[in-house]
Amino acid sequence: MSDRALDISLTVNGEPVRERVDARKTLVDFLREDLSLTGSHVGCEHGVCGACTVRVNGDIVRGCLMLAVQCDGAEVETIEGLSDSGEVADLQAAFEQRNALQCGYCTPGMLATAQDLLKRGGVPSRDEIREHISGNYCRCTGYHAIVDAVEAVAQARAKGR
Amino acid sequence: MKPAPFAYTRARTLKEAVTLLAKHKDDARLLAGGQSLIATLNMRLSAPELLIDINGIKGLDGIAKRGKFLEIGALARHTQVERSDIVAKHAPLIALAMPHIGHPAIRNRGTFGGSIAFADPAAELPACLLALGGEIVIAGPKGKRKVKADAFFKGLLETALRSQEMVTAVRIPVAGKNTRVGFAELARRHGDYAIVGLAASARADGKGLADVRLAYFGVGAMPVRAKKAETALAGGNIDAAVAALDLEPHDDVQATAKVKKHLAGVLLRRVAQQLMEARP
Repeated sequence: MSDRALDISLTVNGEPVRERVDARKTLVDFLREDLSLTGSHVGCEHGVCGACTVRVNGDIVRGCLMLAVQCDGAEVETIEGLSDSGEVADLQAAFEQRNALQCGYCTPGMLATAQDLLKRGGVPSRDEIREHISGNYCRCTGYHAIVDAVEAVAQARAKGR
Repeated sequence: MKPAPFAYTRARTLKEAVTLLAKHKDDARLLAGGQSLIATLNMRLSAPELLIDINGIKGLDGIAKRGKFLEIGALARHTQVERSDIVAKHAPLIALAMPHIGHPAIRNRGTFGGSIAFADPAAELPACLLALGGEIVIAGPKGKRKVKADAFFKGLLETALRSQEMVTAVRIPVAGKNTRVGFAELARRHGDYAIVGLAASARADGKGLADVRLAYFGVGAMPVRAKKAETALAGGNIDAAVAALDLEPHDDVQATAKVKKHLAGVLLRRVAQQLMEARP
């Protein structure tokens, strides 16, 4: 059957969610409008800026390039979940310490993307960090401070701090 | 912007997908990775009545060597192809190209078959398939058929696919010990669509090269082979090959035609070097 609105059930930040959503609603709009999880930001709405980056089944995706109906049965994690669990606490602290954000619009996506790289373990090179965050625009910082913060956390984690 | 309203359904089998396509014809679009489609829906460049989600079709994401071909299923995600040892071994050109496709979050969703079927003229994989002399496996109401890459790409976002058909896999001749490949791309930001890109393959023949195939992307309405330059490069003369480049790019938002032509020559020199070096 096909319809313009469908029932979906999924897990968002560990909590079960059941909602009826319009087929045309993107994942990021669903998170923001239906679940009031406004940490994921809407920037370009065509996959270029990375402000809407969230995790679906453990992998980072563009929240604007996936439909909410496609997340039926999925496990979705947003910046609210990553933040509450403490998974990115050290990254958040490093971003603050190094001025790796100014307006903060890109920060949730930037943190999710940086954590995606760091959870693989090891200390990535600065080039690898830049490459991994290449899909996330920041219009304030010039990126150097962000790369500094991510590198510092990678080194700290490798030392077990 | 937000997409215009559409209905959504999930196809569980290939047969179901093809049947739905045949029923709804041009009113329907297949949804695979969605990394181009959903962007065009958001921008309302496309407003289909129905999306047929094919992500749940089992058995369309395999990567396997079958005889003299490496077969990559249409639903294989870019990340999966990027990390595949089989691809690195049997289709090294594809392995070289993968990191240039979008960004990690895009590659986690985007599919190999989707990139081929969408045929963006600035995309990497259509050009790679052209350079490798690959073929596209297509399913439709009358069963399956295969089309060579040289005959598949027909124009701007236009392919040999008919409205009731879908790509199920691509087949790439496996690399031999004399296979040489090269890849280079210029983009304003890593992962963006190319200003100009070049995918190439050849066969080492003594000290020279044979069967040179140079497939450019970002220089026209579709990936194009530079056949005169191929002949010149097989003769061993890089300067002559650059002079023989008969591309006709148009101005676009990224660069003028003149700049693109110049960059095409720059890339050819880089890629020719890669082709002439022995494979590790």
